[in-house]
Amino acid sequence: MNTSSEAGGQNLAVRVLLFATYAELAGRALVELTIPSPATVQDVLRRLRASLPGAEQLPDQPLAAVNRSHARLSTPVRDGDEIAFLPPLAGG
Amino acid sequence: MSPYLTHAPVDLDSLLAAVSAPERGGVATFLGLVRNHQDGRTVVRLVYSAYESMAEAEAARIAAEAESRWPVRVALSHRLGDLAIGDVAVAVVAASAHRAPAFEACRYLIEELKRRVPVWKKEFYADGSVVWVDPTTPGMGAPPESVPAT
Repeated sequence: MNTSSEAGGQNLAVRVLLFATYAELAGRALVELTIPSPATVQDVLRRLRASLPGAEQLPDQPLAAVNRSHARLSTPVRDGDEIAFLPPLAGG
Repeated sequence: MSPYLTHAPVDLDSLLAAVSAPERGGVATFLGLVRNHQDGRTVVRLVYSAYESMAEAEAARIAAEAESRWPVRVALSHRLGDLAIGDVAVAVVAASAHRAPAFEACRYLIEELKRRVPVWKKEFYADGSVVWVDPTTPGMGAPPESVPAT
C-alpha cells in the first residue's frame, strides 16, 4: 500500500518479523513499519531501533531476510516486503 | 517434498520410504540427536523454534541443490517444540544407486541446513539457567560462514 508524503516521495509499508532472542529483547515478534523510499534493509533496521523500545539492543549487523530469502543489509526493500532479522542460526 | 518442519517425533521410516527405489542401492542417513551437554554444562531439555515459512523455503532449496548436484533422492525433517535428551532433532536421508554420491549429498544437506535454515534452539541447563544457543560464540566451534545474498 503506497502512500505519498507531502514532499511527493513514496512511502513503503513493510512487515518486520523478529525471532528468538531478538523478539524477547524487543518484546514483539511482528512490527508494521512505514519508511520513505528508496530504502534498504539497513534503513528498516534503523527505523525499527528508533521506534520500538528494546529494539536498540539488536546488534548493528544482524542476519536478515527479505521475503523468506537471506538478504544483506544493503538489499533494497519494496512496498509490501516481509523483512526478518534473524539471530545466529542454531538448527540441527 | 513433504514439509521440513514437524511438531511430532521425526518419522525416519517415512523419510526412508520417500527416497527408496529399486534402483537406489545406497542410502546415507544423518541423525542429529539432543545432546546432554553444551560448553561443559548439563542440558536437561531444549525447545526448537523457527521462521517457519522461510525454513520450509530454504530447506526445499537445499534439497533441490543436492538433487541437482548428485544423482540422489533426498528427504529431510526437523522437529520443533519441546525435545528431551536423546530425541531426534533433525534427520537427513540421501539415496543413490551407489554409496559415494549418497554420502556426499548427505553431508552437504546437514551442513547447509545448519548454515542456512532459520531455526533456533533454547537450552535449559541443570543449574536452572536458560540460553538461546549461539553457535557463533567462543567455545562452540567454528562460526558459520556468511550466508549468500540473494
